[in-house]
Amino acid sequence: MTRAFSFARVYAILLKEFLQMRRDQITMGMIVGVPLMQLFLFGFAINFNPHALPTVISVDDPGTLARSVVVALENSSYFEIVAQTHSPKDARRMLQEGKALFAVEIPANFTRDIVRGTQPDLLIEVDATDTAASSYAIAAVNGIASTALRDDLKGPLASRAQGPPPFNPVTHLLYNPEQVTQYSIIPGLLAVILTMTMVLMTCLALTRERERGTYENLLAMPASPVEIMLGKIAPNIVIGAIQSAIILLVARFVFDVPMIGSLTLLAVALVIYITANLAVGYTFSTVAENQLQAMQMTMFFLLPAILLSGFAFPFDGMPVWAQWIGEVLPATHFLRIIRGILLKDNGFPEIWPDLWPLILFMFVVMGIALARFRRTLD
Amino acid sequence: MTSDLAIDVRGLTKRFGKKTAVDHVDIAVPSGEVWGFLGPNGSGKTTTIRMLCGLLHPDDGTGTCLGLDVLTQSEAIKRQVGYMTQKFSFWEDLSIRENLEFVARIYELDDRKAKVDHTLERLGLVQRQNQLAGELSGGWKQRMALAACMLHAPKLLLLDEPTAGVDPKARRDFWEEIHALSEEGLTVLVSTHYMDEAERCDRIVYILNGKLIAKGSVAEVIAQSGLTTFVLEGPHVRRLLHTIQSQPGVDYAGFFGAALHVSGRDRAALERIVAPYRHQADVTVSETPPNLEDVFIHLQEQAK
Repeated sequence: MTRAFSFARVYAILLKEFLQMRRDQITMGMIVGVPLMQLFLFGFAINFNPHALPTVISVDDPGTLARSVVVALENSSYFEIVAQTHSPKDARRMLQEGKALFAVEIPANFTRDIVRGTQPDLLIEVDATDTAASSYAIAAVNGIASTALRDDLKGPLASRAQGPPPFNPVTHLLYNPEQVTQYSIIPGLLAVILTMTMVLMTCLALTRERERGTYENLLAMPASPVEIMLGKIAPNIVIGAIQSAIILLVARFVFDVPMIGSLTLLAVALVIYITANLAVGYTFSTVAENQLQAMQMTMFFLLPAILLSGFAFPFDGMPVWAQWIGEVLPATHFLRIIRGILLKDNGFPEIWPDLWPLILFMFVVMGIALARFRRTLD
Repeated sequence: MTSDLAIDVRGLTKRFGKKTAVDHVDIAVPSGEVWGFLGPNGSGKTTTIRMLCGLLHPDDGTGTCLGLDVLTQSEAIKRQVGYMTQKFSFWEDLSIRENLEFVARIYELDDRKAKVDHTLERLGLVQRQNQLAGELSGGWKQRMALAACMLHAPKLLLLDEPTAGVDPKARRDFWEEIHALSEEGLTVLVSTHYMDEAERCDRIVYILNGKLIAKGSVAEVIAQSGLTTFVLEGPHVRRLLHTIQSQPGVDYAGFFGAALHVSGRDRAALERIVAPYRHQADVTVSETPPNLEDVFIHLQEQAK
């Protein structure tokens, strides 16, 4: 007669589990190492209160007070002047292309009007497609207005330093004037969800064949590595397309996300983005020895796609090294493309700077997969 | 280079780390013959077969498979060889028919449907063609695997322990199929642990610790061994094993069924050892030609 519950039997199973874990040191190493890497990576990279946001300034006033305002903006540390121009049009184009988040326009006669005390406007156009990036900086602008010229307004102008601010900052939120969070989050979610599901779909492509013993058979047959890869990736493109269509429909009709750009262009970018992610998963499957490892690799790829792509935290708020990592990720580029097309009516010329990195990434990753693929069991 | 050899390899060698799994093996199989590949577990049979069909790259050695270089033309070899893996390696979540159609497409066969139909019929799988491969019993799985590796009409079949874990009737049917294929001109190299299967082969090769140590027809291999075997039978022979085993001159003693086989190369010594038992009433002593199992166990013991 055996007992209904026995600690000895629990211990037996526990012991067996530990033995098996010890045999699988690579997986266990990943389970310890990957979170540690992520902790350092994201801990140093993420910043809720982004500084040094790219700003373009168009100055139409040669006066000294205009220069003081520019200096004050830079000193606030929220803005980093990446370009100066004389034409507001050029500044607007940089916003459209995503090269700057802010366009500050100092109008003609700015200095004269301050001296006269007629409170000239300081026009600040903001790319509000990423609401998280701009809000702190917008708040900072009003503070700057009252303090920027404190040192200049002396002597005969001392009276201007009192009372209402000497100039009037006017913020124009472009592309998402009501600052609806959903407008920036939902397109971003499409990017993140696709990364997750697409990599998951293919990360087991070969791992499963290996675990089930069908890999040997596949290799014994005359299929080339390219044929196997394309055959395994292609059906998932259809699945990715269906998934994208569903998410976009929900975005349009449930969340009222505006879609003012070309959906055809978006579809092209989507297919490239989906394929790039499938290629990543496939590459993982050429490396992973078991399903656990494949999952670990997927998570290792997914977290940066969420945290360093500009989806969860403002891209421009990250340190430069983290931005470089972000620039490698397809999600970063696709995020810019989809926000650009849906909210800013970007066309092909505007998205090309983010489209070619996607294409390059896709081919490089496929190349790695093919190089990793062994035609023999050696 | 003779073209009537389906397999012609010399010095085939494969190392895994420090271990030499296959050590300079020469095999030359004439077209149309059925060769048995024997040897204990881990002796290098699977590794050799994998090198022959291009799944492993030999570390050393040269040779041809169907006239194609095993070192450089493995992709071309794959197209003309049917390889049946030791472990069932078809897709268990596909039906028999779906598996076969997949194979037919990979090999780009014309007349796909007709060929699949024909193969299903030939192996008696028509009734079960829509069953998932994963639901089949061992015997049917093996039959399906054979069907799949014959589909592209290979000239050479490499079968790695195809009948392991299969019931006797299914084994018999399987071998009838092998012989039928061989009559059609197919060359077959089949690894096995079953002596009755070895006896159905035209020639056998025996590999031990990666080295090929016996080759020829069953009769030749037995003759080469130079063994003499005495059989002791009776109600109490079980107790004799221990005493007999330790005597000098006995290379191997062990039971086959209830009978005690005593084998060795020194006939005179064996005679002396069994002589006392000839006079015991309850023990019958007779001499028998050694069978393959005697020979193989002897070879294995010798290597220790």
